[in-house]
Amino acid sequence: MKTKSNLERVLESKIFAVTGELGPPQSADPEVIRRKARILKGHVDAFNVTDGQTGVVRMASWAACLIGKEEGLDPIVQMTCRDRNRIALQMDILGIAALGINNILCLTGDHQKFGNHPAAKGVYDLDSIQLVKMVKDMRDEKKFQCGEEMAIEPRLFIGAAENPFADPFEFRVPRLAKKVAAGADFIQTQIIYNVDKFAEWMKMVRDRGLHEKVKILAGVAPIKSVGAAKYMKTRVPGMDVPDSVITRLQGVPKEQVSKEGIKLCVDIIKQVREIEGVAGIHLTAIEWEEVVPEIVEAAGLLPRPKLVT
Amino acid sequence: MLISEQKPIEEILSYLEGDKNIFLIGCKGCAEGWGSGGEKQVAEMKNTLQEKGKTITGSLVVDMLCDRALTQLKLRSYKKELAAADSILVLTDGAGVQTVAELVNKVVHPGCNTLSAGGAHAEWKESERCLECGDCVLEFTGGLCPIARCSKHLLNGPCGGSQGGKCEVDPDIPCVWQQIVDRLTKLGQLDKLERLVAPKNWSVSLVSGPPVKRFP
Repeated sequence: MKTKSNLERVLESKIFAVTGELGPPQSADPEVIRRKARILKGHVDAFNVTDGQTGVVRMASWAACLIGKEEGLDPIVQMTCRDRNRIALQMDILGIAALGINNILCLTGDHQKFGNHPAAKGVYDLDSIQLVKMVKDMRDEKKFQCGEEMAIEPRLFIGAAENPFADPFEFRVPRLAKKVAAGADFIQTQIIYNVDKFAEWMKMVRDRGLHEKVKILAGVAPIKSVGAAKYMKTRVPGMDVPDSVITRLQGVPKEQVSKEGIKLCVDIIKQVREIEGVAGIHLTAIEWEEVVPEIVEAAGLLPRPKLVT
Repeated sequence: MLISEQKPIEEILSYLEGDKNIFLIGCKGCAEGWGSGGEKQVAEMKNTLQEKGKTITGSLVVDMLCDRALTQLKLRSYKKELAAADSILVLTDGAGVQTVAELVNKVVHPGCNTLSAGGAHAEWKESERCLECGDCVLEFTGGLCPIARCSKHLLNGPCGGSQGGKCEVDPDIPCVWQQIVDRLTKLGQLDKLERLVAPKNWSVSLVSGPPVKRFP
């Protein structure tokens, strides 16, 4: 074990892992976090808190992570390069480790243009791959990015994201290989609706032996309505929602659509679980956290191993 | 006026490692003015490279290398010399390097760092080609600049928002990383992108460095 992460422990013991996602509030209200954390508790091995997702100002990921930790969960802090240069990133990395957070997900970040402060100056001093490498060097070499040494290193289980549905498709797996070479311990993928394309990507991953070097968690998410499916298909960058998904949701009476969306999510979990090299799922039900227990149970993923951090 | 200075010769030689036959290009515009890639520097570079055992298949100094039409016309007279070259070394600013990369299906090495655009942005009308970052990366990116043309200045490949050749930020913006992957695929050099590119030195860039023009 490189860290005290519960997620690392679960993955190392070859148990099919479940991570969840917790969207922080656009306010200073800690109760929102506590309420969502209590829903996730016992149903996930660790939970992510997004870091200014889509460029909208929300409570800091590390702060919401700490509140969730107080509720007895293992947090994964998300950290983007959009808003911090290498100085700020390293200060935050030291801070989260000192607060007892064990996991970090390293991201480039959604462009500020999409958020509620499009006039903000984007930073992008590092990219996600350079961030992974920097955290790895801090943890394993006790070195700052400048090369100077530190006394107590941040013991963090290092994650990164990958989108099998983005272009150029042929470069997605080489890019994953770079993240692995940089030091990623686990990967959470973009939300999967096109299972065939994900399976094709996983084959390319296995062909390079990457599934043996990094734990891959398949991204899944329930869809609440036909409108939401269409919105994701046409408006959300990097998403691949096949027509068959929309047809399936349209095929049931309106009041049944959200139930069908949950069933579809469970079906996708069962399908990706069969794919060699998939070590777990990352379940995203933003502003719909209450369905997480039902989905995890229906997918046959309960009980979760007792949490140790 | 684009202000550039030659990269250290060790760095240039590291780019040319494995290439025996080199075609040399300079510019009589800004690069001649700043002594980084005019007639004199191209002649000097020719000697230096020959001393290092390279064969120079040909050399050319264009009046304004960033003028696409003019450069295309000039390059027509050097078809044989270009064909015989393993790669091309361009001694001028980032705009000129990218002009050659767009016109010639060969690996193009940047021989200079662009320190400042001096208020002008070369003769490329439709888009910015150089952000005067002071530490040219065109060597690793197929002669297409991800600092000037990627919305997030990424150095290690496309983000997850590249779809159908377009940038997630605006459907009118081509994803330069798609273009870089396409070009390196065509050149059989996609493996160049497998290398981990370290964080960039922004202290030499005009946007992050001291607010004065730096002259070589």
